[in-house]
Amino acid sequence: MSADRVSYTLDSTLETVNNAEETASRMAAEAGFDDEEIMKISMAVREAAVNAVLHGNAYDPSKKVTLAFERTAHDLVIVIRDQGKGLDASKIPDPLAPDNLMKTSGRGIFLIRSFMDVVEIHPSQTGTELRMIKHVHGNPADSKEAPQ
Amino acid sequence: MTMKSSTRQVDGVTIVDLSGRITLGEGSVVLRETVRDLLSKGQKKILLNLGDVNYIDSSGIGELVSAFTTSKNQGGDLKLLNLTKKVHDLLQITKLYTVFDVKDDEAAAVKSFSK
Repeated sequence: MSADRVSYTLDSTLETVNNAEETASRMAAEAGFDDEEIMKISMAVREAAVNAVLHGNAYDPSKKVTLAFERTAHDLVIVIRDQGKGLDASKIPDPLAPDNLMKTSGRGIFLIRSFMDVVEIHPSQTGTELRMIKHVHGNPADSKEAPQ
Repeated sequence: MTMKSSTRQVDGVTIVDLSGRITLGEGSVVLRETVRDLLSKGQKKILLNLGDVNYIDSSGIGELVSAFTTSKNQGGDLKLLNLTKKVHDLLQITKLYTVFDVKDDEAAAVKSFSK
């Protein structure tokens, strides 16, 4: 199966967050995920978009968010990139720690990690790239060996 | 639609019927202002009916935590009613389910507030 890839360049606005979520929901449905998985994928993308727009680009109209979806034989790969200062994932507090449980923020990355199979955060001086993968289950290519 | 909020009084408890999405932006703001308004008017027994809330993001979760903490700090009490499966699951994985007082029967929930 050939890979399908689509990419968007988006403004640093709340509308982008909603659009990213809706696009992710559509892409996940087209990839064959069930309703629960679609919700998880779209929510992970929403949280990633919130991070990019708010914490990365800080609503700066001169900065853009890029969002890319790639459908491979086994995976839905989603990459979201901002133009902020770069997120240091090691400094993100554990939201499940007793001291952090009642904090009103800081759960976005945790939810992304909970909902996706693979999450990679690549910060740089020119922004943060967040790459997340959801494996496509039930794909015949997933579960059966190729005939000899 | 983002979120709608309406309030009603039952035996001294203010029930806030919420519907739609509690997400970053309008939904979170509606919840915050509703709770703030109730507390400022001395209505400190608050039951958030989330039965028609079909979506909540991390910002919405944070807003629920904020509403709970603010109510407690002002001598009030805030409980949750009728969680949908999505909201229930989110509170479970964020370990907040046991922090909130969660009810699934309105009459029993109203009675559970101290007189």
